Amino acid sequence: MAALQLEKQRVRNAVLAIAAVVIVVGIPLWWKTTETYRAWLPYSEISELDSLQLQLSVDIEVVFSRGTLTPEQQKKVPLSHVNVKEHQIDAKTGLRYKYETRYRTATIMEEDALNQPTAAEADLSLHMLSENSCGSVVVYVIPESSALMPEDVKAYVGQRRTVLLRSPPFRSSWSLKEVLSNLDVEVEQVVSTMSFGHQDIVAALSNRVRMTKVTKESMADSMRAIKSSPGYEITFSLLNPDPKSHSLHWDIEGAVQSYIQPLLNKLAPIANFSVDSQILYYAVLGVNPRFDNSVSAYTLSADSLSHVINPVEARLGSNAASSNPVLNFLLYVPDAHHSPLYIRDHSKREVPSNAFHSPRWGGIMVYNVNEMYGPEAERPVDININMAKVMGVFLAQLRLMLGVQRTHPPTGFVLQSPGSAGLADWELDRLLWSRSVENIATASTTITSLAQLLDQIGNIVINDNVAQQVSSAVTSLQSAVAELEAGNLAFALHYSREAVLASERAFFDPSLLHLLYFPDDQKFAIYIPLFLPMCVPIVLSLLKTVSEAKQRLADKQAKSD
Amino acid sequence: MDYYNLMRIFAFIHLLVSIPHGYSNYVETKAGQFFSSGHTNNWAVLVCTSRFWFNYRHVANTLSVYRSVKRLGIPDSHIVLMLADDMACNYRNPKPATVFSHKNMELNVYGDDVEVDYRGYEVTVENFLRVLTGRLPPSTPRSKRLLSDDRSNILIYLTGHGGNGFLKFQDSEEISNMELADAFEQMWQKRRYNELLFIIDTCQGASMYERFYSPNLMALASSQVGEDSLSHQPDLAIGVHLMDKYTFYLLEFLEEVHPASQANMNDLFKVCPQSQCVSTPGHRTDLFQRDPGSVLITDFFGSVRKVEITKDTINLTSPVEPPIQRSGSGDIQIESLTYVDQLPVAEIIHQKPKQKDWHPPDGFILGLWTLILLVFFQTYGIKHLKHIF
Repeated sequence: MAALQLEKQRVRNAVLAIAAVVIVVGIPLWWKTTETYRAWLPYSEISELDSLQLQLSVDIEVVFSRGTLTPEQQKKVPLSHVNVKEHQIDAKTGLRYKYETRYRTATIMEEDALNQPTAAEADLSLHMLSENSCGSVVVYVIPESSALMPEDVKAYVGQRRTVLLRSPPFRSSWSLKEVLSNLDVEVEQVVSTMSFGHQDIVAALSNRVRMTKVTKESMADSMRAIKSSPGYEITFSLLNPDPKSHSLHWDIEGAVQSYIQPLLNKLAPIANFSVDSQILYYAVLGVNPRFDNSVSAYTLSADSLSHVINPVEARLGSNAASSNPVLNFLLYVPDAHHSPLYIRDHSKREVPSNAFHSPRWGGIMVYNVNEMYGPEAERPVDININMAKVMGVFLAQLRLMLGVQRTHPPTGFVLQSPGSAGLADWELDRLLWSRSVENIATASTTITSLAQLLDQIGNIVINDNVAQQVSSAVTSLQSAVAELEAGNLAFALHYSREAVLASERAFFDPSLLHLLYFPDDQKFAIYIPLFLPMCVPIVLSLLKTVSEAKQRLADKQAKSD
Repeated sequence: MDYYNLMRIFAFIHLLVSIPHGYSNYVETKAGQFFSSGHTNNWAVLVCTSRFWFNYRHVANTLSVYRSVKRLGIPDSHIVLMLADDMACNYRNPKPATVFSHKNMELNVYGDDVEVDYRGYEVTVENFLRVLTGRLPPSTPRSKRLLSDDRSNILIYLTGHGGNGFLKFQDSEEISNMELADAFEQMWQKRRYNELLFIIDTCQGASMYERFYSPNLMALASSQVGEDSLSHQPDLAIGVHLMDKYTFYLLEFLEEVHPASQANMNDLFKVCPQSQCVSTPGHRTDLFQRDPGSVLITDFFGSVRKVEITKDTINLTSPVEPPIQRSGSGDIQIESLTYVDQLPVAEIIHQKPKQKDWHPPDGFILGLWTLILLVFFQTYGIKHLKHIF
């Protein structure tokens, strides 16, 4: 009996010990070994970034030259003034535009600069004096009767960030406040031309906000301009369908060096550019041009232009190593039998540039050479292509592709031509504003959607490098928003670019693929054959032990009673 | 008489007045077309998921859609073609280098201009999802990537063997409709498409688009849940069925479409009614924002570019500078590059025999020795071993 008792006790101890081991050691071990490695992510900061409140600060300096203000009015200058406009785009996105205007009088050196005979020279000498920071606008108010600009010109926008504004009529009896409020209307016009416009910023936020009410023009602009990307590849191609008749020479290296590279250097803060060129022989346009008797030339109508690009694109090569978007610029020299070839627009008029472009793809220009040789010339004829004319067209198309918006200045405004760089500083500033906002919008949506994805799917592995990219993206984003608020446009663009790079790298990391879609019944199907045979004896013996213990307790009770 | 003259003059004047108005309307509609679809480029992802010779028809299906898409203008650089097996060069193909889609070998869809991006065992669920979501390793070449942006219209065509809620890949794995819906949502989050047309030709194909929840998706399937998609005709010379019914009639429909055609999606929905297809094709348009009647076939199958005339040019006056010469070091020896010898005869002739690594004996040898030992011990018994040793 005692042996039986002992045996029973041993059995009980064994069962309890096994159950203890299974529960204390086994279950945590199984949990630990089947959990996926998930590095820590700053979820709270990411959810903060979800609602984006951007503040864009513009620094405006208004300089009064001699003769615009009376000495009475001049006493109160210098002063400054802040104007804030708020727009709530949708529940999660808000915009605040802060215009900080500082008024002062011109220094002696600036007065000397303004004494130049023409506005262009005045602009140049003003630029020699000081370098204005990125994103700022400087307005020089010149007397109403000044001869610096022609009579009907109200404002002359220079190549850099300065504008010469003819002062509106003031009365000497006005106080400074009245003068300034009168001037503010003109200054606002200037700022809306030279600095960002509300529509452009809203279009730049198109990643975050569904576009419902946009004008047709801004939608066309947003479709035409290529999306912000860390790098672009620009390819210049010369298409020669008739090498038997024409032997074409183009100095593409020199032309790129002289004309395109200055623009690309100026745009270096926005993206990296790589330029290459190629020559394709026996490449034909996919459309047959029609002969027009009235001008005795071949014409391509605007409708057939859409079908020109596809057959050619199949033959164009591209750099296989990078996944950057490609902008193609094609120069087509028609063959001798179909020369000259002109492009007609929708209203059947001739197009002076003889070129057309396709949004986000590139442009094609038709270059007629039939006038360069007579019928008696020896075939193939050596032809040197006039690169200045060609690059003029390509540069204009490149500007459109890269998102330099066409400005429609109000009446009385004269915009100085951009010069050798191809891009005025204030146009670059406009581009920088919209690019920074676009980058910030893209990076914030990427990060928030990535965080949402990783949160929802519990068994995606989050590696350390992904976590590091996410953290760096979050810090860059916060810096970019802060710099925008402070008005440092160049830094804001730099941080926003870093944020986009880091967030893209984190989102598109190859390790984040979840093939682990396990519906619950599959999970049961896997675990039951493994654990059920083991758990059933343990659970049953535990139950038996518990019932025996209860029995003994009841017996003891009965005995003691 | 006067009255008639008056009427004629009136009508003439009216005509004169309305011509410019009508013309400006025409220009308006042309400009309107620029904005009607909102896409600037087209991509296509065409996937055949089954291997083995008797699944010839799936490869022929995919190649027919590839052919139509190329004919209507989408270039190879914008098409990701995934074929799970090579039928054209299969050793059972009596006509090598061809894949036919009509019996009596009327139409060879293989041609000589086919660019297959993922072939054979590279066609897996993982690679397909990686292509869609963009999570490819950095070393992947451009031709294997889907580099679409927020203004791309994408056509996705899947064919193979499927069931209720899944599609079989390579006879060993499957993709579920939930995974596909999640992949499309990932694409939407990153704005990797403007609009997406999803066509599937498998048994119970409609189940694959049931779970979609992202916007701007339109889906077509060859059969409803519970129905099988059937194949069309066998070719007695080749010995297998050449096409599936749905894709056969789809190809017939697409052969009539040319790049400037105005056929719209409602015509596509009518392709292969039950009388021809035996199964009932289905479609889903509730997630699509535009009305299907206004969506052109060429919006997805073709690549009609939006084009604008360049009006402004920049006046460049400075002359072209000669390119910067390399300064000084003209002594850089550039080695002349040559191709590697195709058949290095010298190396082969003078080759030393390779030192083979020692491997433990193979399974057969092991089994043989085990058998011998077993028989030995059976016969002699362990206890008697001491007599032998």
